[in-house]
Amino acid sequence: MKPPKFDYHAPTTVDEAITLLSRYGDDAKLLAGGQSLMPLLNFRLARPAALIDLNRVEGLAGIREVDGQVRFGAMTRQRAIEFSPVVARRLPLLVEATKLVGHLPIRSRGTIGGSIAHADPAAEYPAVLAALDGEVVVRGPRGERVVKPADFFQTYLTTTLGRDEVLTEVRLPAMDGKAGWAFEEFSRRHGDFALVGIAAIVAGDGARCTMARLATAGAGPVPVRLRAAERILESQGLGDAAIEAAAARAAEIVEPDSDLHASAAYRKNLTRVLTERAVRRAVTRLGGR
Amino acid sequence: MSEPVTVRLTVNGVAHEGRCEPRKLLVDFIREDLGLTGTHVGCEHGICGACTVLINGEAARSCLMLAVQANGAEIATVEGLATGGTLHPLQEAFREHHGLQCGFCTPGMLMTALDLLRVNPQPTEAEIREGISAVLCRCTGYHGIVKAVEAAAKVLVPAKRV
Ligand SMILES: Cc1cc2nc3c(=O)[nH]c(=O)nc-3n(C[C@@H](O)[C@H](O)[C@H](O)COP(=O)(O)OP(=O)(O)OC[C@H]3O[C@@H](n4cnc5c(N)ncnc54)[C@H](O)[C@@H]3O)c2cc1C
Ligand code: FES
Ligand code: FES
Repeated sequence: MKPPKFDYHAPTTVDEAITLLSRYGDDAKLLAGGQSLMPLLNFRLARPAALIDLNRVEGLAGIREVDGQVRFGAMTRQRAIEFSPVVARRLPLLVEATKLVGHLPIRSRGTIGGSIAHADPAAEYPAVLAALDGEVVVRGPRGERVVKPADFFQTYLTTTLGRDEVLTEVRLPAMDGKAGWAFEEFSRRHGDFALVGIAAIVAGDGARCTMARLATAGAGPVPVRLRAAERILESQGLGDAAIEAAAARAAEIVEPDSDLHASAAYRKNLTRVLTERAVRRAVTRLGGR
Repeated sequence: MSEPVTVRLTVNGVAHEGRCEPRKLLVDFIREDLGLTGTHVGCEHGICGACTVLINGEAARSCLMLAVQANGAEIATVEGLATGGTLHPLQEAFREHHGLQCGFCTPGMLMTALDLLRVNPQPTEAEIREGISAVLCRCTGYHGIVKAVEAAAKVLVPAKRV
């Protein structure tokens, strides 16, 4: 099908976009890469009165390093992230996750801000944001706020973004250069949304683990930090028994739903299997890259 | 506003101008307004890849973009690949290796493969399979397409990384 009629606006500043959002109340949609919104429009599952296109807003795309963080303008394309030398150096986990987002032609348009604002529970970027405990910057008529992932994702496709707010930036702390990392996921076909995905970062030497970060995609309505599983690694190390215990704990923590793609029990099992795989692969990368 | 908008863009090096509603998809603008029906339209939700074109040198779905968003852009479609009566080496490789049967997926497959080879001029077979998984083909079983892209990679002068 084809999109329904809408008013089209292409503001050149974030403030202009915010003013337009306020004017339309609940009835406007921001358009970023369009890789999630355009299908909804084409199927007429979304029928906003107005589209506010962020693609002409100046200065909303770009990658910079500031104070140990890598900061991404919301309109930074996934493709730009995939090929960025800064991201390769500071956030190799993000590069690995990016390659799992759809396909290259999807990533040419899709943005980091759009992916996180859309909050698909199976999306990779929200899991990376949770694993790295990054933050998003949100701007509205009342100014700017910086939000942690736990205070951002509410449930399926729902965030605490106000209807007159724009996500302007995503901030991720640069990874420890000696940490190991992996993003493991299972999907039916390459490029599909994952049934379950696990982001893992570990630091340590030999069997000792000084830091573990684990987060899920697809194993519940929002990305989940698997803190109890992290603690098992941090207290018991990175040997086989500890990894297996952490993976088993991960499966206990998550509360996935059944849908037409997979049952809850299958997703729990995938959480265990993928946590184990992710941690094992992360361990092989310990000690520098 | 929902009033008609003017769209100016370049397709295969030729400047075009047209007027359309803001809701008009780029793929429909290319096919209906510009008459370039080489680009196909299948699923209209980003899955099949038939509508893939290059936008400022990068492969993207023209069904997930509004024509108005392409204002000022340089688009490359399958019509731009051959020069005169001579097929592009990638097209030649598809012909040679049975990379197409009905041809429905072919325009998107070619533009996707072209982008893949620019980003990664010497891909492994696994990388080719991953790259072309962006486009669905219901006829060939993909083997011919993989062979064609492998063969084209050998012929094409490696272009610079994107
Ligand atoms: C075939 C296909 C496969 C895909 N596979 C995957 C996958 O495996 N993993 C994955 O994670 N994604 C996948 N996606 C979706 C992903 O590519 C999108 O990029 C992403 O979900 C949305 O980003 P976008 O920039 O395209 O946003 P849009 O589609 O433009 O917007 C999505 C939503 O977010 C809102 N929004 C966008 N930007 C902002 C902002 N700055 N501030 C506030 N709100 C905003 C919009 O209003 C809209 O509601 C796939 C898409 C397709 C078509
Ligand atoms: S028609 Fe665009 S991807 Fe199928
Ligand atoms: S050749 Fe028929 S769909 Fe690919």
